[in-house]
Amino acid sequence: MTEHLLQVEGLSVEFHTAAGTVKAVQNVSFHLDRGETLAILGESGSGKSVSASAIMNLIDMPPGRITSGRIRFDGQDLLALSDEQRRRINGRRIAMIFQDPLSHLNPVYPVGWQIAEAMTTHGTAGSDARAETLRLLTRVGIPEPQAALRKYPHQFSGGQRQRLMIAMALAMKPDVLIADEPTTALDVTVQAEVLSLLEELQAETGMGVLIITHDLGVVAEIADRVVVMNAGEVVETGTAAQVYANPAHPYTKKLIGAAPGKGVMHDPLPPVQPVLSVRDLRKSYGGFTALDGISFDLMPGETMAVVGESGSGKSTLARILLRLDQADGGQALWQGRDLLTMPPRELFALRRDLQMVFQDPTQSLNPRMTVFQLVSEAWVIHPDILPRPRWKARVAELLAQVGLKPEHAARYPHQFSGGQRQRIAIARALALEPKLIVCDEAVSALDVSVQAQVIDLLDRLRREMGIAFIFIAHDLPVVRDFADHVMVMQKGRVVEQGSVRQIFDAARQPYTQALLAAGLDPDPAVQAARRQARLALVLQPIGILRRNDPPSLRSP
Amino acid sequence: MTDTTVMDEPGALRRYARMLWADKFALCAAIFLLVVLLMALFGPALIGDLATKQNLRGRNAPPFDLSRGWVWVMGADALGRPLLARIIVAAQNTVLIAAGAVLGSAIIGTTLGLVAGYAGRRTGEVIMRLADIIMSFPSLLLAVVVLYILGPSVANLVIVLAITRIPVYLRTTRAEVLEIRERMFVQAAQVMGAPSRRILFRHILPVVVPTLVTIATLDFAFVMLAESSLSFLGIGIQPPEITWGLMIAQGKQYLANAWWLSFWPGLAIILTTLSLNLLSNWLRIALDPVQRWRLEMRGRKND
Repeated sequence: MTEHLLQVEGLSVEFHTAAGTVKAVQNVSFHLDRGETLAILGESGSGKSVSASAIMNLIDMPPGRITSGRIRFDGQDLLALSDEQRRRINGRRIAMIFQDPLSHLNPVYPVGWQIAEAMTTHGTAGSDARAETLRLLTRVGIPEPQAALRKYPHQFSGGQRQRLMIAMALAMKPDVLIADEPTTALDVTVQAEVLSLLEELQAETGMGVLIITHDLGVVAEIADRVVVMNAGEVVETGTAAQVYANPAHPYTKKLIGAAPGKGVMHDPLPPVQPVLSVRDLRKSYGGFTALDGISFDLMPGETMAVVGESGSGKSTLARILLRLDQADGGQALWQGRDLLTMPPRELFALRRDLQMVFQDPTQSLNPRMTVFQLVSEAWVIHPDILPRPRWKARVAELLAQVGLKPEHAARYPHQFSGGQRQRIAIARALALEPKLIVCDEAVSALDVSVQAQVIDLLDRLRREMGIAFIFIAHDLPVVRDFADHVMVMQKGRVVEQGSVRQIFDAARQPYTQALLAAGLDPDPAVQAARRQARLALVLQPIGILRRNDPPSLRSP
Repeated sequence: MTDTTVMDEPGALRRYARMLWADKFALCAAIFLLVVLLMALFGPALIGDLATKQNLRGRNAPPFDLSRGWVWVMGADALGRPLLARIIVAAQNTVLIAAGAVLGSAIIGTTLGLVAGYAGRRTGEVIMRLADIIMSFPSLLLAVVVLYILGPSVANLVIVLAITRIPVYLRTTRAEVLEIRERMFVQAAQVMGAPSRRILFRHILPVVVPTLVTIATLDFAFVMLAESSLSFLGIGIQPPEITWGLMIAQGKQYLANAWWLSFWPGLAIILTTLSLNLLSNWLRIALDPVQRWRLEMRGRKND
């Protein structure tokens, strides 16, 4: 048997917590060869990050404990080495990049210094390290690399920061690169760029890439082989195409089945009197224009998706419609009355009609209130909705409606999973019996299978109760299954709007087309074709693929 | 499923009792504070005479001598008054002044801090400059001036001490409010139409309170000592009234040959603040639903 570059055999990791011993990883085995990309696919809590942390010796022990297994790297068992020996391997031979580059870059040092430090810690001379840093920054596509050396992390965009992290990880020319959700926090177009950068670099250096992700699209785009994990165990292994085409394990089937973007698109609603009509909405923060003349109409019971990358102004739009921010100009007529200039008394009444579900339910639910208090808060504030004796029954009813149990009412938010918390947030919004719910990235923090359930829930509420939705998202496939109408935004302007079929089947604007092309399809075959299309598409005008013939990493 | 199942948690009182039982340090602290409180409430009425009766034959009597009776176990002061009795009697004034000053400054400071953090820019600025003025004015000087004009009494002492401690709570509260008001659940409440009052007291205040309680317990010791230094200057509590701080000040000149005069009241102050600290630490965890399991788990294991 030939020796693999990295081989994990029968790894088990336990954590001792208040709730008893948690078996985070059980008997996990996989291997990685030179020049290969292996994806570990799984939802939150599946143990995919713990497996990678074990390779990098990043598990806190205690409470963690590796109970069995071996991690063989280049002929030696990592778990048998001393901490000092592993430090010498970490960074130099096995490097890692993380989901959120901002929290892994030190804000008080310039990035050039930080990348050089990664080399000097491992014994490279200072001047060599500086020259190498400059070359790396050029290679990963940072504009004006010479000046960038002296800049601080906050002066870069999210995508550029991830490039910096990659540069830092590659500084010592590692044999293995572990990437933990490297593109999850990035916009779709940026995600595509970062993934193709990783691919190019791998082709040049021949390193093995271990990518940890929850996204089937990322697997389809970049992985040669995939390991599917669920509840701490490996349920399936195979090449990416094979696993997608013929999933053997029920969990894999469920995961592939839950991937959004395959359902039947909604037909446009017959035109009626709009419930909300927004005209020429403007907002700027200092010199930055967040909204530049936004206009649209929303019918009762319609779902309008607002799609755009970060900085496109879609969240500002939500904040203004809910009067969390003041607009600079324009009007928004809600059933004929301008809600932007409404006096406080009328606004208070309007709050019952307009509700919002936020992106992260962990933050939008007060951690010190029970579910009962959270849901019934609506009636404390608007006492005329429901008399107090009926609160208990109504909370139970609402919880049942969003798929929770009535006895959950006495619990606190932290005792629920992410998907359940978002259901609580939805129940809370429903308590006011609103006519419009604004969902600001309401499902993007959730796992794929949970995402599908929450969307089903929202769609059912729309059908049964005639609630209109403004659904803000960066994820196009999700929008495709759920929306009636789509509005694409870029830099505070509406680029294109139309029915969901118009946008997804016949987008007219190049920006919309680029956005659609950059989205990752879970099917490796579709994704391969799409990658061809993306390369063929003229992307220069909108700033995608701005690197031109970068220098090679191997021959400086 | 009937709606009677909605609330099946054990009663709040039993729950807290169980959590207190789980943390033995906090339990001891609570018991000690209860004793201090009982001393403060009933001490002067029960043994007030004993604490003020002079006995010149027993001047600076050493501690641990039980031949005279249990009240002499801590020895006697320069006028032959039993220290134990005096400590018990002094508890009333001490607790009254310290608790009054801490509560007063905490309530006023927190309220102003909430307003400064949540109201508009101008109101906030005015309140903050007010705090700056109080902070930059030497507190001892302020106390001397005020007490000279008003005359020393427990009430005036409480007022003076409270005013000088307001900025601590004000600044802390404001800083926290500025951060918490940007959190999502505050915005979620705004979207629901919650009035500012509800947002401040229902959503923001509970998050700030643990920090404030910690500051207040530390301040408790500070106030006790500040009160003793004012007494020392002759503008605080005046004999024959007594406080622990005053007892320390009075024992100072005998430190070389009768250490127990200052030691016992000092120990009383230390134990009280220590207990408050331990209890506030427990309270911080017990009040936080996310952290509460730590206590509940421990309780189960000990059973």
